Amino acid sequence: MLYILLIYLGLSFAIFLIPEKFKKYTAFIIAILQLSVFAYFFRFFPKISNGEKISLVKDWIPDLNLNFSFLLDGLSFLFVLLVTFIGFLVFLYAKAYMKGYSGTSRFYFYLTLFSGAMLGLVLSENMIQLFVFWELTSVLSFLLISFFNEKIASRKAAFQSLFVTGFGGLSLLAGLILLGSITDSYSITDWIQNSAIIKTDSKYLPALILILLGVFTKSAQFPFHFWLPGAMQAPTPVSSYLHSATMVKAGIFLLFRLNPVLGGTTEWTYIIPVIGVITMLTGSYLSITQKDLKAVLAYTTISALGVLVLLIGIDTKISIKAAFIFLFVHAFYKAALFMLAGFIDKKTGTRDIDSLGGLIFVMPIGFIVGSVALFSMAGIPPMLGFIGKELIYEAKVQSPGMGFLVLILGVASNIFMVIISLVLMSKAFFGQTKSNIKQLGLNEGLFLVGPIVLAMLSVGFGVFPDLLSNYIEPALQIVTGDSMQIKLKIGHGFNEVFFLSLFTVLSGIIVFYLLNKYPNLLYNWRSFNSKVFSIDFADLFSYGIASFNRFSENNTKLIQHGYHRYYILTIILFTTVLLWFQVYITRGWQSDMELTLRPLYITGLIAIIIISALYCAFAKSRLATIIAMGVTGYGISFIYLYYSAVDLAITQIIVETLTVVLFVLVLQKLPKFAILSRLRSRMRDAVIALAFGSVMTILALKAIDLEFNRPISDYYIENSYLKAYGKNVVNVILVDFRALDTLGEVTVLTIASLGVFVLLKSKKEKR
Amino acid sequence: MEILLAILTGLLFAVGVYLILRRSIIKFIIGIIFLSNATNLLVFLSAGLVSGKPVFVPGGEIAMQADPLPQALVLTAIVIGFGIVVFTIALKYKFFKTTGTDDLDQLQQTDK
Amino acid sequence: MNSTILQISSRYLNIILLIASVFALIRGHNQPGGGFIGGLLASLSVIFNSLAYSPEEILKKLRIKPIQHIALGLILVLLSIIPSLLAHKPVMHGIWIKGSSAFLQSVKIGTPLLFDIGVFFTVIGVTLLFFFSLLIKK
Repeated sequence: MLYILLIYLGLSFAIFLIPEKFKKYTAFIIAILQLSVFAYFFRFFPKISNGEKISLVKDWIPDLNLNFSFLLDGLSFLFVLLVTFIGFLVFLYAKAYMKGYSGTSRFYFYLTLFSGAMLGLVLSENMIQLFVFWELTSVLSFLLISFFNEKIASRKAAFQSLFVTGFGGLSLLAGLILLGSITDSYSITDWIQNSAIIKTDSKYLPALILILLGVFTKSAQFPFHFWLPGAMQAPTPVSSYLHSATMVKAGIFLLFRLNPVLGGTTEWTYIIPVIGVITMLTGSYLSITQKDLKAVLAYTTISALGVLVLLIGIDTKISIKAAFIFLFVHAFYKAALFMLAGFIDKKTGTRDIDSLGGLIFVMPIGFIVGSVALFSMAGIPPMLGFIGKELIYEAKVQSPGMGFLVLILGVASNIFMVIISLVLMSKAFFGQTKSNIKQLGLNEGLFLVGPIVLAMLSVGFGVFPDLLSNYIEPALQIVTGDSMQIKLKIGHGFNEVFFLSLFTVLSGIIVFYLLNKYPNLLYNWRSFNSKVFSIDFADLFSYGIASFNRFSENNTKLIQHGYHRYYILTIILFTTVLLWFQVYITRGWQSDMELTLRPLYITGLIAIIIISALYCAFAKSRLATIIAMGVTGYGISFIYLYYSAVDLAITQIIVETLTVVLFVLVLQKLPKFAILSRLRSRMRDAVIALAFGSVMTILALKAIDLEFNRPISDYYIENSYLKAYGKNVVNVILVDFRALDTLGEVTVLTIASLGVFVLLKSKKEKR
Repeated sequence: MEILLAILTGLLFAVGVYLILRRSIIKFIIGIIFLSNATNLLVFLSAGLVSGKPVFVPGGEIAMQADPLPQALVLTAIVIGFGIVVFTIALKYKFFKTTGTDDLDQLQQTDK
Repeated sequence: MNSTILQISSRYLNIILLIASVFALIRGHNQPGGGFIGGLLASLSVIFNSLAYSPEEILKKLRIKPIQHIALGLILVLLSIIPSLLAHKPVMHGIWIKGSSAFLQSVKIGTPLLFDIGVFFTVIGVTLLFFFSLLIKK
């Protein structure tokens, strides 16, 4: 499995190497790859349906417990098939769609990587690895959405999607780490085994919420749904792939994956369905008010995602089953519809549903395919969508807790779906042709391959639903934990579920009829809607980002004012306050030292140093200042000498000499002293300096007072001659015991000297 | 004596801080030198003071000898401090040549 | 600065300082001194000379230029590391030449000495590079 992912990676880069002549076949090559990967995984079907799990672990950094760890079980098998199969159709479609655009190599590069990342995500056994792939899909979808990067709308939408999903990704990571800290492992298998422990741990709720944030942002749940309609700025093949099998389905996949770990608790069955229901209703309601074909489809996707989340949240066997069926239903019809939408866009040059019409004569096949997909969306028999909807109703009827409310809202949402399906069909295909039709030549067939195949699947599985149940059973077993036979059939007899379906369809048709008869109704609805629901989440988001930027800009201006002195002042002030605070905390301390003046010559020396230091601070003559500075330095070297540090004293003397010499020589080139600051600021600085100096005095006293044993130093003294054959312990430390430090020091000096050299040399060359 | 040395250290710090808060280049550099001397002295003091017992082998009872480790550290620090000072001189000298002023408050923008 | 006294005295001082620097370097292991002090002393002698004449003149006269001093020093430092690696000891573990001759008894030769010589040359190079960069006009 690792090798397959590596093939995706390698091939995506190889795209750039394809010679110009064969560029037009790129899409075919990737499509064939997708198909063969599909076939490769399909071979595992017998094993998978026996309930076997195929896992693969490749060591990466075994010491850190970081391995590549893959798992092919019923659940990932299902998603792998979806990703590769729809990927295959999408690439065929992209071949037709992307003709005439520049930068197609880049496009295929992103798209190939994207499907590879999605495959990696569903195959991951290690959850950190899953997270890496999760972020990869976020980044790649950013690149894909911004593919037409010369358009401002594309860039904006791409940024929104990256920001929202990136935020979710981080919170997901936090959640995963919390779970990992409970079980001390990042393997999903371990997590499932320790599910009971996890659920009772106090970190369960925070982890759940963090993970759900990740899922909800990725799967465009309310209130994070706004990035998905924006994402329609991407080229249509991408939208088709994004909405049906990848990206947004990653969140759904993770919910399935973690259901055995986290599911079944009260939190799970309340938080998730509530969000799901809100999203479902918002999406379907808003879809009717849209004019752009792709926007309509995007909102129906949001609604469908809401349904999926709701079903997983209800967390009964029947609801999970319904979720799986609906996953397929939605993938099939949504991919087909997006492909058709792109086709119509290319044919007529517009996606505004009000300016479309009469396409039944222009594209009869498109009409048939489109109707199948739309019927599936509306849930009308004999499409797969019908079975899906029946099951959903059944699940809702049986759902514990808020069943009744959920059911009513679900019916309402489905009525909206029926309406929008009918509206789309009538607006696009019937009525008068309003726009110029372009001929696209041979490509037209290629445009329709995908939709045709998907429509056939919708009908085929609709009529023979048992075919599908074989694939769903193993996945169901993974998610719910025990095996169960699924019987799928059209029509469940005349029970309450059937009547609900009938009611949904009939009310949808009635509303549609009314809308058709009074065309103004739809327009009024739209304008009403734009007035009532005037909060545009996308705008709100942009506003938030913009004000955040302004906030940090102002902050930066305040802090980064550019005055060198005040930077230093701030640092010193904070240090002083902190140190004084520390002194205050430990105020009981008293030094037991006495103030003595013996030996007197050292006292005299200290007096000389103090006088020359003070002179330095206030002197007006440059030369005198430097001489005073030198006196200070030499004085300190005598202190070293008196207190047994001979080497230090010598070094200090020579360095002081060098500094003074350099100073005197450079001084000629610098201007005279000028008192630049006013008296007030000098007073202020003096106060700060005194506060700092006095706290340092206390620090020095404490440092001297400190009693500590010195095993390291004693070791050095004992072994200086025995092991390093040197009698000067300080030197032995420098060149032998701690030679690595000295090496570092020599390096620093070298860099400093080269810095000085370059700094002053570049000037010469300029002039 | 220790108290006197501690006061000296504090004073050197105070003079250093006062000087690096000046706007004139040369005072700034001298301030750096003072701070570096003060820090060296602080580290040196922290080892405890032993007079007249430099660490050489054989030097009698170990516990009575001066602590060699801070000495090695300070020796390194002195030479590094020298490097820093020269680098600062070069930097400020270049600044003066480029802008024609020695007022550090003129150094507000990164690029002009 | 053209002082005859300085020029003449620098000739003698020069030699004394150079000898003193080598002396400080070699005896540094047992007595006060070492690579840092030796290097600083040696560069002082060069600087003193340049004060007596002029930095440009002295820089021209130097057979080994400051940057080459640094390079030489760093190479010696690195060379001193290699024996410890070859002996499969921790990096920079001191390796000594052992022998019974009177010379080897009085002067111990080993990688730390090589290291110190490397430091010596690097310090000379660094100090001189500082000095000449700051003082030589265009």
